[in-house]
Amino acid sequence: MADAAVHAPAHGHDDHAAHHTSTGLSNNKLAMWLFLGSECLLFGGLISTYMLYRGRHSENLGPDQVWDIPFTSASSFVLLMSSLTMVLAVTAAKRRDDRNTNLWLTVTALLGSLFVAGQIYEFTTFYREGLGYTTSLFSSSFYTLTGFHGVHVTVGVIILLSVVGMIMRRKTADDKSELVELVGLYWHFVDVVWILIFTLVYLIPA
Amino acid sequence: MATDTEHARDTHAEGEAHEEHWTDLQYIKLAILLAVVTAVEVWLSYAKDDLGPVFLPALLILMAFKFFAVVLFFMHLRFDNRLFSILFYMGLGLAVGVYIVALFTFQFFAP
Repeated sequence: MADAAVHAPAHGHDDHAAHHTSTGLSNNKLAMWLFLGSECLLFGGLISTYMLYRGRHSENLGPDQVWDIPFTSASSFVLLMSSLTMVLAVTAAKRRDDRNTNLWLTVTALLGSLFVAGQIYEFTTFYREGLGYTTSLFSSSFYTLTGFHGVHVTVGVIILLSVVGMIMRRKTADDKSELVELVGLYWHFVDVVWILIFTLVYLIPA
Repeated sequence: MATDTEHARDTHAEGEAHEEHWTDLQYIKLAILLAVVTAVEVWLSYAKDDLGPVFLPALLILMAFKFFAVVLFFMHLRFDNRLFSILFYMGLGLAVGVYIVALFTFQFFAP
């Protein structure tokens, strides 16, 4: 195996750790994909629960009465664009362009924060209209699903800002492409989960 | 030992075969396309009464298109090693399978 490690040629972005692993792939990246695969089960459960209970509400406080589709569409657009800025950060990191890496990571964090702010505004509006967490099975499952997603976005923003801080203080390895790519995978996953939530929860009528 | 060396080289060769990178402009074009698809989705939700039975399949197809566009291109799964795809699709497939069965159990799809 030692021979394999010595003779393995250096190529691509998996190679930082590739020399030291039996698969020739980065263990960090493998772990991230495995984590994201397990997250599918978490969000699958939450989405299914919502689908089951979305019709369990009082007559005047259901999805058709409280949803603000134009507002949620704008939030979705913001999160979608944050995926673009994230991928631009990854390509900048691969070019070892620290300035643009930091710039795009910061823009991604700002867009993520804007999305979370929108979600807080939406929750506040719903609450003022009388839709509390325990009002109905519909509201409980809705707040749990979108709240879990919001927490994921918030954690993503914290990670993004931490990486920006680490790069600025030069506390990362010279080649930080894998670090940025791993953060990017998490961020894109949060985006794909919202793609499902936006269609299944907001656009398809109960 | 030789087998291990060959195995490592094969694994690398496989990884390399998929090693492609898009330019920033290509990513921007994809993001614009995804934004347009989102706009179409929103339009569909307002035109659901006119569309009738086409509404739901159309919305689900557009959702799946956006999902896989992000996973394959923004997350590089199309260009990366197959093992990453296996890990992710295993979780996704398991989730879809388990929860569709659960929804059937609760008679979610019953008319």
